[in-house]
Amino acid sequence: MIEVKDLKKTFKVARREAGFGEAVKALFHREYELIHALDGISFSIGDGEMVGYIGPNGAGKSSTIKILSGILTPDSGLCTVGGRTPWKERRAHVKEIGVVFGQRSQLWWDVPVIDSFELLKEIYTIPAGTYKKNLSELTEILDLSKIVKTPARQLSLGQRMRCEIAASLLHDPKVLFLDEPTIGLDAVSKLAVRDFIKRRNKDHGTTVILTTHDMQDIEALASRIILIGKGRILLDGTLDDIRRGGEHIDETVAELYKKFDV
Amino acid sequence: MKKYIAFFRLRFAMGLQYRAAALGGLVCQFFWGAMAILAFKAFHDTDPSAFPMSLPAMSSYIWLQQALLHLLSVMSMDGELMDMIQSGNVAYELCRPVGVYNMWYIKNLASRASGALLRCIPALIVAALIPAPFGLMAPPDVITFLWFALSLVLAAVVVTAIGMIVAMITFHTVSPRGVRLIAVGIADFFSGGIVPLPFFPEAVRRVTELLPFSATANVPLRIYSGDLHGGEMLFLIALQVFWAVALIAVGRLLEWKELKNVVVQGG
Repeated sequence: MIEVKDLKKTFKVARREAGFGEAVKALFHREYELIHALDGISFSIGDGEMVGYIGPNGAGKSSTIKILSGILTPDSGLCTVGGRTPWKERRAHVKEIGVVFGQRSQLWWDVPVIDSFELLKEIYTIPAGTYKKNLSELTEILDLSKIVKTPARQLSLGQRMRCEIAASLLHDPKVLFLDEPTIGLDAVSKLAVRDFIKRRNKDHGTTVILTTHDMQDIEALASRIILIGKGRILLDGTLDDIRRGGEHIDETVAELYKKFDV
Repeated sequence: MKKYIAFFRLRFAMGLQYRAAALGGLVCQFFWGAMAILAFKAFHDTDPSAFPMSLPAMSSYIWLQQALLHLLSVMSMDGELMDMIQSGNVAYELCRPVGVYNMWYIKNLASRASGALLRCIPALIVAALIPAPFGLMAPPDVITFLWFALSLVLAAVVVTAIGMIVAMITFHTVSPRGVRLIAVGIADFFSGGIVPLPFFPEAVRRVTELLPFSATANVPLRIYSGDLHGGEMLFLIALQVFWAVALIAVGRLLEWKELKNVVVQGG
């Protein structure tokens, strides 16, 4: 389903010391540092797999998701999702995927959520029957019936996130990218979201790639984890591979970060 | 095509709900219109022979300009779009199976149309009730009105295309404010937003009329008041068509270039 080979992406970041003098100096001469966000990563993910993509802040997780979803062009390397190169065939590619960026919103802020859904129906040219079926299924499982008529700006974060997830699935995507879907959610909403993702994967065979800092997410969802740090893949295996029994999952992962010095 | 209609519909419906903004805009535009007409009347009274338009035509020009400000000013380009680019929510827009330029163009056109619809009806009614030479007069004849309508549509198409170029530049500059400020200032002046183009010195006016900015509000407003007619009118309408095509082409070229390099910053 997903093949990634030797993907590289470098960003140019402007840097300077603190202070007014330095700011004036930066007017004339700016120093840039090259950050290797992705430094040759490779992995492959099969149909219907559920993979947790973890790593410390700044490891390159979001960059990977952005490349996989076709909104960022890498410097070099190969990547295909369902046989297509995302950044080369953006429009055909995005029809087959669903994306949730936990830190951003895709709902129209000032109109009821259902209007955003209706618009997505047109954008993805979802047949009326499919749309109706998916909407009623998502409404039921995510418990949206009361909130879809509310403008997005008046929803709580948890309610909005449930709507965001529903919005990403209306067009039956084969692959779902979740970039920190549980960030900022309370315990109840977190459980609901996790439960839903699990069901979706089981019932529809949707391939799910999930990035998160919440290790309980990983514990609950991902059978396979890919650990990335400083732009490289450090580990690709199952949760049991890294567990040494007994201790808390957060400690296990912290230990792992320490071991790889990331 | 259906998806673009859906975009237009939703953005239009959304625009209609901003009642307070429309009311505020309306009050402001009445005040501005009245002030402008009084100022021009003072010029007119000083030396009527040096006045390049008739006073009733001038008043109609100002009232129409104020009523249609939301449709025809570069200023009402889509702030939402700029915010999206600045905040990075644009990431979602790039995950949609539609052409980014087309989608945003339609959205902006819809927000202009809905905003203008809310404002223009009350503004036009009140302006028409004001007695001559200070009110809005009827167009000289039906044919003139039809030319006005055609030119109005073209003006909206051109001004939206200008706004889109500004948006595409925003991809480059991180903050939208600078480009926007400059674009609004230039476009306002050269489209006759501050002083109608007939008041410009002859040579300056001739050059200004060739610019894309003149292909916006300048043409329809002057056709309506009868100031612009005959061969000159046809020439300026043809120029509007040319700028519509050219600016959309430039915008799409920028889209193609920018999307290759876009980096959505932040986690």
